Amino acid sequence: MTSTPTARPEAAAVRVCALTDLVPERGSVALVDGAQVAIVRTHDGQVYAIDNRDPYSGAQIIARGLVGTRGDVPTIVSPMYKQIWDLRTGACLDGAGSDPIALRTWPVRVVDGAVLVGGAAGAVDRG
Amino acid sequence: MIDMPEDTAPTTQQHLVIIGGGMVARRLVDALRARDGEGRWAVTLLAEEPRAPYDRVALTSYFTGREPEDLALGGQELWDDPLVTLRRGVRAEAIDRGARTVTTSTGQVLGYDALVLATGSYAAVPPVPGKDLRGAFVYRTIDDVADLRAFVEQRRGEVDRPVRGAVVGGGLLGLEAAGALRALDVDTTVVEFAPRLMPLQVDGGGGEALKRLIEGLGVSVRTSTATSKIVGERGAVSRMKFSEGPALDVDVVIFAVGVRPRDELARDAGLEVGERGGVVVDDACATADPAIWAIGEVACIGGRCLGLVAPGYTMAEIVADRLLGGSGTFPGADLSTKLKLLGVDVASFGDAFAQEPGALEVVISDPVAGVYKKLVMSDDARTLRGGILVGDASAYSSLRPRVGRELGGDPAAHLLPEGLAPAPAGDLPDEAAVCSCNNVTAGEIRRAVCEGGCTDLAGVKACTKAGTSCGSCLPLVKKLVTSELEAAGVEVSRALCEHIDLSRAELFDVVRVQGLTTFSEIIARHGRGRGCDICRPVIGSILASLGTGHILDGERATIQDTNDFVMANLQKDGSYSVVPRIPGGEVTPEGLIAIGEVARDFGLYTKITGGQRVDLFGARIDQLPQIWQRLVDAGFESGHAYGKSLRTVKSCVGSTWCRFGVQDSVGLAIDLELRYRGLRSPHKIKLGVSGCARECAEARGKDVGIIATDNGWNLYVGGNGGFTPRHAQLFAEDLDTDELVRTVDRFLMYYVRTADRLQRTAPWIEEHEGGIDAIHSVVLHDSLGIAEDLDAAMAAHVDGYRDEWAATLADPDKLARFAPFVNAPETVDDSLAYVGERGQARPATAQERASGSVLIAGTTLEVRA
Repeated sequence: MTSTPTARPEAAAVRVCALTDLVPERGSVALVDGAQVAIVRTHDGQVYAIDNRDPYSGAQIIARGLVGTRGDVPTIVSPMYKQIWDLRTGACLDGAGSDPIALRTWPVRVVDGAVLVGGAAGAVDRG
Repeated sequence: MIDMPEDTAPTTQQHLVIIGGGMVARRLVDALRARDGEGRWAVTLLAEEPRAPYDRVALTSYFTGREPEDLALGGQELWDDPLVTLRRGVRAEAIDRGARTVTTSTGQVLGYDALVLATGSYAAVPPVPGKDLRGAFVYRTIDDVADLRAFVEQRRGEVDRPVRGAVVGGGLLGLEAAGALRALDVDTTVVEFAPRLMPLQVDGGGGEALKRLIEGLGVSVRTSTATSKIVGERGAVSRMKFSEGPALDVDVVIFAVGVRPRDELARDAGLEVGERGGVVVDDACATADPAIWAIGEVACIGGRCLGLVAPGYTMAEIVADRLLGGSGTFPGADLSTKLKLLGVDVASFGDAFAQEPGALEVVISDPVAGVYKKLVMSDDARTLRGGILVGDASAYSSLRPRVGRELGGDPAAHLLPEGLAPAPAGDLPDEAAVCSCNNVTAGEIRRAVCEGGCTDLAGVKACTKAGTSCGSCLPLVKKLVTSELEAAGVEVSRALCEHIDLSRAELFDVVRVQGLTTFSEIIARHGRGRGCDICRPVIGSILASLGTGHILDGERATIQDTNDFVMANLQKDGSYSVVPRIPGGEVTPEGLIAIGEVARDFGLYTKITGGQRVDLFGARIDQLPQIWQRLVDAGFESGHAYGKSLRTVKSCVGSTWCRFGVQDSVGLAIDLELRYRGLRSPHKIKLGVSGCARECAEARGKDVGIIATDNGWNLYVGGNGGFTPRHAQLFAEDLDTDELVRTVDRFLMYYVRTADRLQRTAPWIEEHEGGIDAIHSVVLHDSLGIAEDLDAAMAAHVDGYRDEWAATLADPDKLARFAPFVNAPETVDDSLAYVGERGQARPATAQERASGSVLIAGTTLEVRA
């Protein structure tokens, strides 16, 4: 099994958990088609899904980073080397001294209190 | 046609040879390389000592624990410059002015286009019989002080009484040397020929005050006394005789009667020397030979040699300027001095002796408080001419630049202790010299801010060099920078980050006083947005320091960095390491076996830490609760290796077992570790306790270091290892255990409340207004009236301590957060891969992962070596 997500069409959205399973502003990890995906519920109730793999260290740790904001942008910070990403787009806002590397994101929907990742809206691969 | 860039390199590069490897020589190289962007000059520096130029002014600090390398001046980069050649241990033997060559002690003949003599001085030795006996020293180089130390240590082993020493000369250098002897625990007498100490800097009243202060430190002083003979015994110093008065039994004598310029190269080369020695130069530092210059102590400028570093630096700057075609001239020496001798402040500036006709003296002399302060004013009592400060020189940095200017108000007000007088600062004229070591004016500092774009003290120091030598002007530089920034409408930002405008210390106070307990409350009232990786952990730390509950309670869980969140240390592959607390490094065999069994059962790589405990690596996040259940059951608790908090109290085995130990260092270390465990702080805190002066616990490398004495404990603060190692400084001596604990309580709590984020104790002390002396006043003399409050805060911490891991294991909500996957709680994270090495697991490299020869981490990991 590979731990690195590859760009391929998602068959369908995957239910990963209930919204109430997610602690606001603290990431969780879900397995989606074999890939580790960081699921983050922000203070305003939005839910984001972003690659859990830190491209700088190769470790599966993004979900363990601190969640916050930069201006109006919801962010997550790598707990390893402190790079900062835009949770909405996966864009790297601060490479912390290295070249910025974007993270893949997945579309997320909350339906009847369930969190669905991937599927209809199509995967957005920014890696 | 395309314009090609012109070759800007000069067609003929010139060669500068500098003879001498002292501070002034280094300054010349520094100044020249900073300005000679085109590389017109290549420089060769001949340094007789086997090391690069070092801070000779700080020589005495060698005895208070600093190493020779701590005396280094500036960075090593200067010597890596391709245009700079430093020849260590190479002396110049002769100058051939006709051929423009220098012959070195290695027989090399160096051509020069310009030659600078920066040979400095010899320490003068008076023609006293016995001056060459073993045990007679001078005080000039690192080698001198190293020899002195070795001799004293050897002598200490031979006699069963304190080693006795005398310093001949009660001037600046003599008192420095006396400080060195005191630091070596030598019973010290200072012998001065003049009727008072420091006769060149202070007057009779100042001399008296100085004598009282120094005698109060246990140093005997004999003034108006001439040494007539040193009597030897088996070739070593044993007794001093004087022109009058009783003889003195001594083991070691230091001559500190002055210096003699090292001008013999110049004499041999036929250059003019002064009446009392020194190479005669004009106000451009040039000799009669247009290719030869002299700077520093060897230069006889305006008819005299100057033994201070500041005018030497000025001369170095002038020669650098002249070599590049400038026309700088020596403005006359500012012989102002501010020193801390044996811990006593002494400053002398301007017309200290009121030699100008009609000068008025304003004197405050308080023998009880141990201060003597004098201002010399012009005959109309308006203009400051000079002054002397003994015992408290805090006014020096603001007074010295005002020499020659109207002081304003009642002169005596300027002599009141800081805080009682209106602090004059921002209105200094631009041309006033603020930093006399580096000749930086108030105007240059202001321009660095308003034109140079510097926004803080560190930037201004880097840009102007102000305050980078002796540092005595730093309080004033800071005031100037702050008022300039404020005047420019730039708010002096102490903001933590984009979300919080307060500094950490301010935020701490606000949270404490307003009794705030949640991140959302704090950010709503004192900030904006939802925080970041800076303010979130800071708020988490502050809330934890204030004892407001478990670090993972409620919303607080979201503001902890991953280490605090899972209470373990993140490693490079995403696994964690686990460190159970082993207070004082004392562990039972059963405890050690329990740790070993946990490590074995979970396949954890095991290593002994520098803090005398055991680190277990390679735990998956979901294994942490199981691992900790085992450890807690075996009687262990969190070691907080993951926290910005107390780490360990390292100890040596102490008087319980050690033949040399004088106190129970392990017992104290355990008590302290149990007292401060879990205390969250701006950065990690490490303590050490040594059972005797041999210091096997390396306590002086710790934030708080404690060393046993025959009478109790000596307390040191502000040490650390790491990127910028620092030795801790002596804070209090011979404390009993209760006094010690109270002092450490207050020191730590004051640090916790007022330091910046991620600022360890050493930089905190350095940047604290008034430095270690001010902290000393707060902690030991309650100068801010907060001691009771600090004591109460520490008592609350001690009473409120709970083991974070035990509490987490008892809380199902907290345990749920260790599940690896929200949609597959039982699935093991397969991204971790290990290989065996020396019988243990280590993370697999990318190549090893690719080749598939890896072991998957698991509770039954079999490791093949």
